[in-house]
Amino acid sequence: MGRYVIRRLLQMIPVFIGATLLIFLMVNVMGDPIAGLCGDRQCDPATAAQLKKEFGLDKPVWQQYLTYMGNVFTGDFGTAFNGQPVTELMASAFPVTIRLTIVAILFEIVIGIALGVVTGLRRGRPVDTGVLLLTLVVISVPTFVTGLLLQLLLGVQWGWIKPSVSTEATFGELIVPGLVLASVSLAYVTRLTRTSIAENKRSDYVRTAVAKGLPRRRVVTRHLLRNSLIPVVTFIGTDIGALMGGAIVTERIFNIHGVGFQLYQGILRQNTQTVVGFVTVLVLVFLVANLLVDLLYAVLDPRIRYA
Amino acid sequence: MRGATHARWAALAAAAALTATACGGGGSGSGSGDGGAVLSSSWGDPQNPLEPANTNEVQGGKVLDMIFRSLKKYNPETGAAEDMLAEKIDTTDSQNFTVTVKDGWTFSNGEKVTAKSFVDAWNYGASLKNNQKNAYFFQYIDGYAQVHPDGGTQSADTLSGLKVVNDKTFTVKLTQKFSTFPDTLGYPAFAPLPQAFFSDHAGWLKKPVGNGPYTIDSYTKGSQMALKKWDGYPGDDKAQNGGVTLKVYTDNNTAYTDLLAGNLDLVDDVPAAQLKNVKADLGDRYLNTPAGIIQTLAFPFYDPKWNTAGSAKVRTGLSRAIDRKQITETIFQNTRTPASDWTSPVLGEEGGFKKGLCGDACDYDPAAAKQLIKEGGGLPGGQVKITYNADTGSHKQWVDAVCNSINNALGNDKACVGNPVGTFADFRTQIGDRKMSGPFRAGWQMDYPLIQNFLQPLYYTNASSNDGKWSNKQFDSLVNQANTETDTAKAVQLFQQAEGVVRDNMAAIPLWYQNGSAGYSERLSGVKLNPFSVPVYNEIKVG
Repeated sequence: MGRYVIRRLLQMIPVFIGATLLIFLMVNVMGDPIAGLCGDRQCDPATAAQLKKEFGLDKPVWQQYLTYMGNVFTGDFGTAFNGQPVTELMASAFPVTIRLTIVAILFEIVIGIALGVVTGLRRGRPVDTGVLLLTLVVISVPTFVTGLLLQLLLGVQWGWIKPSVSTEATFGELIVPGLVLASVSLAYVTRLTRTSIAENKRSDYVRTAVAKGLPRRRVVTRHLLRNSLIPVVTFIGTDIGALMGGAIVTERIFNIHGVGFQLYQGILRQNTQTVVGFVTVLVLVFLVANLLVDLLYAVLDPRIRYA
Repeated sequence: MRGATHARWAALAAAAALTATACGGGGSGSGSGDGGAVLSSSWGDPQNPLEPANTNEVQGGKVLDMIFRSLKKYNPETGAAEDMLAEKIDTTDSQNFTVTVKDGWTFSNGEKVTAKSFVDAWNYGASLKNNQKNAYFFQYIDGYAQVHPDGGTQSADTLSGLKVVNDKTFTVKLTQKFSTFPDTLGYPAFAPLPQAFFSDHAGWLKKPVGNGPYTIDSYTKGSQMALKKWDGYPGDDKAQNGGVTLKVYTDNNTAYTDLLAGNLDLVDDVPAAQLKNVKADLGDRYLNTPAGIIQTLAFPFYDPKWNTAGSAKVRTGLSRAIDRKQITETIFQNTRTPASDWTSPVLGEEGGFKKGLCGDACDYDPAAAKQLIKEGGGLPGGQVKITYNADTGSHKQWVDAVCNSINNALGNDKACVGNPVGTFADFRTQIGDRKMSGPFRAGWQMDYPLIQNFLQPLYYTNASSNDGKWSNKQFDSLVNQANTETDTAKAVQLFQQAEGVVRDNMAAIPLWYQNGSAGYSERLSGVKLNPFSVPVYNEIKVG
């Protein structure tokens, strides 16, 4: 187990370097960020040169990348164009997005798995068909449509919620945005659980458990569900990263000042430091989440061993 | 519907959690104006640190407008430059000015505003080492070349043209005659700065201190700023409300939705998609007033194809092929006005705006357009590509509409196509690298309401915003003459003559004047936009 973890951690290094290098190059290809700072006029050349020097943009890209990575390891993610250190932006953005992600993941787990179990156990019945159809609808409607619709109905027409989230972004305010963010994944979780449950229902160990005379509740939760959750856990694990990075649409609609907002603004303003910094952290989140998922397998299914 | 049931469930939970706050900003106040009530307004994250000489966009400008007062102030209605902190600005030769500062002004931290507050601030703004993006505003002051050389290191730290005479007086020496120089001093870059700005710069940036009608109560970068009325403000344009909370919105659609739901009082940028509904949604709580912004199509004069003898005719032809009226009506819902000169209606007739100066060169006439383009030798390469940035400002819609209009007029559906560029920064890079091959979007928001500001920076040889690199001796000499002319009316006439040169060569095709738009909640009154399309916050009454 320990050796496995070390091996996985070592594998992360090339993935991390590759991913950051790629994003660094992509941001740099987009053109000269200083040119966008002076509005509809040309920056005066002296100030532009000075700014480039300050942000290290006058050096070749490979050198910029090395300096940047060197700084990252000392915890310095550079400075955004508005003079704020990127770490400060992260400190304000990540807690908000993490809260949003937690709400979304909770929705996925609670509603998604519950619906999956219900439909899996009642395969072919009207409940099953109904839920299947609904998940299809949810999957096919883009997030921004769901988001704008809910915002308009709940926020403006019925006045149940505020259409936008305040600066504090408390859990209460994040319920609707979290649901919107989770909706598509929620549908997938339902479908995955359903298939998995339906398949395992006919397996030998379930029949044995039933034959032993165990109560139905115990059969379902301890024997059936535990085994059926493996694909679902994989999905949710990888989804954590996707939700954090992919919240741009939801965060824009509900005016949440999280990671998506900073990334979007960073891209518009071609702020290399912000974009690369946030993506670097997101890459780390992805990698760690994946590792945790793999380790969870062993917990869920003792047959899986890592050496 | 499954989705719907869960939405209900979630909404109920949310409603339960939020009952206390859900309708917080909704109810309209009772009784007449409450001088202590605070209003909320939409905002965008300022692009640059909030230093006066470093703020060149409207979001940061909004704040500076509230917390600073300069020597002059532009009248929110007429745009005329009026004395604010200046007791008088004297000159005999339009080149050497003596500025006298009024008594009794202080910064909100109690420090007196003196001649030194101005001179120090201007020196800071001009100095190359401070990276101030508005440094060029000081370029006419003597000694600018030493503090802000085009290359290499600066040989001086302060402008030799600025001298403090005493607490109340300082002198300004310019490198050239510039009769309207005092009228430029209302721009925020010329604001005075307290000593705290220099002694504790980082602290000042966290919570800027100025001398305007508001002080900053709290500032959470990237999300909101709470400004409150400064009771000790010595000026006569005191705040009529208790304060303003600026909230950052990533998407102006969300801000608009928040306004409808009653969570926000003022939106100063109504999204294009909502223009159709805005009358129904807000009724007369919607403002649509002229702002000092003009949209034009500029041309790459560095490209020999666009710099031939006949190309002026081609450009005029293109101008005549654009149905401005129809585009402003259908796409912009009349939030733009078809342009008939190269300035803006906010200047007023006296300030140099002249309706119809463009003449029939701006009138839609497909037959004449076709004829002119034919006489001029046809479209270079058989097709024009209009380059624009696609990330903001719904530029795609109008560029496509302009192309459509041109294609219809010329009877050739390949005559004009749009050429989108992903981001504004990339668009500016390509312009800076002179990579334009055809007309491109050129928007101009005035810095100060003077006809000079609409002409010199855009069309003077090698001027800072002359993106097409147009150069014309006659135009340059007329502008020089106008700048030395001490009589304002005569100066304006000379500028208009220069504008005539722009017209005869069709250096840029004027498209439309842009309006500022705003919507506000029922509890506000006295809302208006100044010529810079910024709400006049201090005059808004709440309740």
